[in-house]
Amino acid sequence: MTISFNINGQPTSLDVDGDTPLLWVVRDMLDLKGTKFGCGKAACGACTLHVDGKAVRSCSYAVKYAEGKNITTIEGLSSGDQLHPVQQAWMEEIVPQCGYCQPGFMMATAALLSEIPNPTDEDIDNNIVNVCRCATYYRMRKAIHRAAGLQSQTAKNQPS
Amino acid sequence: MKNAHRAYLAASLLLGILVLGFSTPGAQLSEPKLPESSESTAAELTPEQAFDLMMEVLTHKRCVNCHPSDDYPRQGEDSHIHNFGVQRGPDNHGVAALQCQTCHQTENNNHAGVPGAPEWSLAPRRMAWQGLTRVEIARSMLNPENNGGRTLEETVHHLTEHELVLWAWEPGVDANGTPREKPPVPKAEYIKAVKAWAAGGAPIPEE
Repeated sequence: MTISFNINGQPTSLDVDGDTPLLWVVRDMLDLKGTKFGCGKAACGACTLHVDGKAVRSCSYAVKYAEGKNITTIEGLSSGDQLHPVQQAWMEEIVPQCGYCQPGFMMATAALLSEIPNPTDEDIDNNIVNVCRCATYYRMRKAIHRAAGLQSQTAKNQPS
Repeated sequence: MKNAHRAYLAASLLLGILVLGFSTPGAQLSEPKLPESSESTAAELTPEQAFDLMMEVLTHKRCVNCHPSDDYPRQGEDSHIHNFGVQRGPDNHGVAALQCQTCHQTENNNHAGVPGAPEWSLAPRRMAWQGLTRVEIARSMLNPENNGGRTLEETVHHLTEHELVLWAWEPGVDANGTPREKPPVPKAEYIKAVKAWAAGGAPIPEE
């Protein structure tokens, strides 16, 4: 079947089995390798991306559901050369160890900050439940708070 | 987040134990408790028989897992708290960035073992069934203050036609590929029972 959607702002149409996981399509058909395969069971969150701005585990999201939607992967999180506050904070806090799971965490965090701009530790615990086998959770928590601050600053600096 | 990691490891171990448990000869699923007649119809069921059949379904984990009495969905054949501390949230669809639809879509995903159906969500808190007796569930179900203001006819419609309710008979497989247990009464018999119970005045037996 033909599926059409926007991927990182670009319209695309693909001839694909509708039950193919969106993760497969993103990585193998669209060659966007930033989104990672972890467990394949929607448990670890390494495959998290955004569908219409909401965090989705793409390993268990059939591509047929993407019809007409706006998909954002880690490659499309920034605005041109302007890093997303989450990306900037991740660099400043030197969060990754092996790094494999980090795109999923960053996408989940970006989704969180769009709903809760200044999350508490409890908000972070309740919303960011991805799995990191390097246990970089402590640095991620710091980065999430830093990203919230950067996002707030960016919003203040934007012309009204 | 560390808790989530520990929960993931614990859940993996638990799943392994469950798989072993379900593979043993003694772990048979319970047989449907139908009336003696194998060709029962709504007209043949007394309201009392119909109530019993209906409640065999409504007290089953496929229903109660999503009618918890607290703010945590249950999952699995042992009705454990949903992995990763997933929560009800303000509208029964999860919290801000961890919604039901982060993982659950409108159909089962049998590749991933993630269940799905239209309107996948928790029942509202006032529709909590977990820990209630059959009589208490029935009373709550017929109480407009608890059932969302539904009439009996609307309650019957919900119980017999709502896709999320009927998902119980097409529950797919779990993360290990093991089919989820279905309610102990076949769907058609259950629907007949609900309608027979309602047609008989929806009597609730004494406790």
